[in-house]
Amino acid sequence: MKRDNNNELSRRGFLKKAGLLGLSVAGAGALMEVVFGDDVLAASAAESSAAVRWAMVVDMTKCAGRDACTDCMTACHRAHNVPSIKSRRHEIKWIWKEPFVNAFPELRGGRLRADLAKTDFIVLCNHCDNPPCVRVCPTKATWRRPDGIVMMDMHRCIGCRYCMAACPYGSRSFNWMDPRKALDEKAINQDYPTRTKGVVEKCDFCAERVDHGRLPVCVEACKEKALAFGNLSDAKSNVSKLCAGRFAIRRKPELGTRPEVYYIV
Amino acid sequence: MHDRIKIFGGLALFIALATFPVWYARATGRANVAPEPKLVNAGKECVNTRAYMREYHMTMLNEWRDEVIRDGKRVPITVAGVKYQKSLTGSCMKCHANKADFCDTCHNYLGVSPSCWDCHNYPGERKHETR
Repeated sequence: MKRDNNNELSRRGFLKKAGLLGLSVAGAGALMEVVFGDDVLAASAAESSAAVRWAMVVDMTKCAGRDACTDCMTACHRAHNVPSIKSRRHEIKWIWKEPFVNAFPELRGGRLRADLAKTDFIVLCNHCDNPPCVRVCPTKATWRRPDGIVMMDMHRCIGCRYCMAACPYGSRSFNWMDPRKALDEKAINQDYPTRTKGVVEKCDFCAERVDHGRLPVCVEACKEKALAFGNLSDAKSNVSKLCAGRFAIRRKPELGTRPEVYYIV
Repeated sequence: MHDRIKIFGGLALFIALATFPVWYARATGRANVAPEPKLVNAGKECVNTRAYMREYHMTMLNEWRDEVIRDGKRVPITVAGVKYQKSLTGSCMKCHANKADFCDTCHNYLGVSPSCWDCHNYPGERKHETR
């Protein structure tokens, strides 16, 4: 850069520098897109506009207080051959209960309704619109279907557990041991496969049932009808009506994952 | 060359033993015992020809897997008026319900151990195969 005798930037030099700076700012957006792909852009986009957007609404006003009830969990874990392993280091979970402060840590403190803090919430994979687990999976063993279901391909999972680190909801479990060793041989559902040692698993919104026009197992199993499953893109669907008419919260919305499991409180 | 007999006798014996598989197959007309998988679904039509299934059933299963899981294409295929789900447990094993006499016969013969059964169930599975 040419400088005059007083060691000050010349007019020409200043214009050159300003031009370069402008170019680099303009190029940064394009560079971000190259480096991060569409994910960064997707994160800033509005809610999904797909024709089908499966979502779940959990009516906690019906579910709260029924501490002894495990209908949805039992039905799901039986249907999908999820073993019940007592050790917390090895346990496998698709749908389970979590205390309010764990499910909604950002709502801790403050003056909330007193009963909320004592309520156990039903939690499962949130099938995020912007799923961080999908972004980190190196083999595309997990991906987001156009209808919103965050799917798993067990054949493709190499057990690296990046997705577990990325998921802010703890929705994923790793098979540290062969799950068949912990499964009851008599209670096993022969129509659904088990998993093998070394793969990650989670709730898949019962994709195998939903694709055939059936409801997820947990929704069918709930006697209180506290779980609702449907298409959020359809304004007339049960879940759309529930969300429109009642106050519902989502888990950790501040992270920008846009979870699609809603809780009516 | 005092040990001529021993040397040439030993050589002849060695050659005879080393070429045993060749002349035995020539003499008896068969190289080995070929696997004979047992069909329990006699008369029923498979989703593809016998020759194709023999050679490419694993390719077909991989294609089914990708279509069903990755693309969500769960529409059943129709063969001779019968609908079949694209499913190992749901379709294949319904007909070929005898895994030990059907699948394993060839797999053992060829020394391949497909990882299908690590997760997928088969009929009459009394004790799960674990690893």
